[in-house]
Amino acid sequence: MKILVTAKRVTDPDARIRLKSDLSGIDSEGVEYKLNPFCENAIEEALRLKAKHDGEIIAISIGGSAATTEMRRALAMGCDRGIMVEGSDDELDADLVARTIVKIFEKETPDLLIFGKQAVDGDSNQAAQLCAEYLGLGQATFAAHPDGSAGMNGSEPGLTVADGKVTAMREVDGGVEIVEVDLPAVVSADLRLNEPRLPTLPNIMRAKRKPLEQLSMADLGVDATLKVKTVAYQNPPQRQAGVMVADVDELLNKLVNEAKVL
Amino acid sequence: MSNILVVAEHAGGSLKKGTLSIIDFAKQAAGKIGGGFDVLVVGPQAAAVASQVANYGAEKVYSLEGAAFEKYSAPAYAHAIAEVVAKTGAKVVAAAASSFGKDCLPRVAVKLDAGMASDVVGIGDGGGLTYLRPMWAGNVLGEVEVTTAVHAVTVRAADFDAAEAVGGASPVEAISSTFDAGQLKQRVVEFRATVSARPDLSEANVVVAGGRGVKSKENFDLVYTLADTLGAAVGATRAAVDAEYIENDYQIGQTGKIIAPDLYIGLGISGAIQHLAGMKASKVIVAVNKDEEAPIFTVADYGLVADLFKIIPELTEKLQKLKSQ
Repeated sequence: MKILVTAKRVTDPDARIRLKSDLSGIDSEGVEYKLNPFCENAIEEALRLKAKHDGEIIAISIGGSAATTEMRRALAMGCDRGIMVEGSDDELDADLVARTIVKIFEKETPDLLIFGKQAVDGDSNQAAQLCAEYLGLGQATFAAHPDGSAGMNGSEPGLTVADGKVTAMREVDGGVEIVEVDLPAVVSADLRLNEPRLPTLPNIMRAKRKPLEQLSMADLGVDATLKVKTVAYQNPPQRQAGVMVADVDELLNKLVNEAKVL
Repeated sequence: MSNILVVAEHAGGSLKKGTLSIIDFAKQAAGKIGGGFDVLVVGPQAAAVASQVANYGAEKVYSLEGAAFEKYSAPAYAHAIAEVVAKTGAKVVAAAASSFGKDCLPRVAVKLDAGMASDVVGIGDGGGLTYLRPMWAGNVLGEVEVTTAVHAVTVRAADFDAAEAVGGASPVEAISSTFDAGQLKQRVVEFRATVSARPDLSEANVVVAGGRGVKSKENFDLVYTLADTLGAAVGATRAAVDAEYIENDYQIGQTGKIIAPDLYIGLGISGAIQHLAGMKASKVIVAVNKDEEAPIFTVADYGLVADLFKIIPELTEKLQKLKSQ
């Protein structure tokens, strides 16, 4: 089984990102970069499927050489090789990402394309769905593994592949949907699909020798026109911290007489 | 002439309240580009739902039912929605940023060669129609311009007011789709609904949320009891969900539900960026945490540093008294 999986470089998900004082973009000073957490879940699921079905896992990133550290982490987790396409985030939109990945898909003809559900920087949550539509494939977005949660059967895996189909559990509004999709298929991974492994030291060493292909949009024949442009940034409305109350009586008094919400 | 198509959301034959907020968005967008708006209802009992949404000023309400739409699938629904956009000549197609909208609208965008803006929370102040959307877990608002002739947008219902009913009913038209169910490459095998007698988290006026500080699934009973006293919905942090105190359907945050109730009460919640992204828009925020350094206090209107397990029973009891007065 051949699996393509995304490995996007993002700002540290736990960093409190702020805008520059002139609002021209985010203040990246001192901000660290990480592999997108949702992509780690996508990679982990690909590794589990490979352990069962054999095959090859190819990690993709669009972000040029700046994303090498995160790509090496994907390889250290166990992906077999990497494809890195040039491009910086301010020259990309979800549609261009999708059209680029479509070209790689057509070249590699995998059985499964697993995305992280969203990147924690742009938070768009579009690329997987866009890709599925461009390719005319079925999709299982927000795949999760609610193993152990109340009401769920304990031992069911998140993704299973059998008989030319992938079956996924999706966490959606109102409950859990179980969907089967004919292969090749597009899946997007939610954080609760699995617990991503940490790369071991030998695997980190091994990853340095794994093949890494560098491509440009032009190599892939992708038209780099954007459909969505970020034209300005602003700070979100800030909430003022309120008051501390001493006890329940004071809290109730404030809620009834000041906030008037009770 | 309608320039905007609102895709309604519904379940069990009832319109979801969030749709009314998308209508409010549509009215604001129409203020920029002129024209009116239509509403499309797709799926089982669409005709019944269409009549529930006919009093909000739409030029037309379309209802679409059929065998291919009995169970939801993104490819089928996207096909039908794109057909209606093509038929009406809408410039903007909008749906709620729910699991439905997020799953389906990107496919609609591809069919219409449209750019898409996700999670729209407002409309830009300038002359043209631009969209404000949160990025970096809501720490930044981006103003985005969609450069294509048709725009696809998902809208955060919590950031718009529910549209009020207006006089006069919109004409309702039943339509059909050319979608061929035989092409479908995916099937819903099963749906396990979350069963709860409490109000829906996304739509509730009051939400009581628990975090890791609640410490166990059993202790969450305290949260439920307080919520029931207030007629509130229950919510949780990702940490509480991961610790299996409660199902994921109750998760509030960047990857869960985005809420904006009149009153939010956070219990044992430290206030991770990802959780704050989901509840910051609440009108009044109350936080109870034993750690006075907890970041949630920086956004709370009323903070109480105390032990939850003493506070929740006391609060519940005093609220019951207050109610009986």
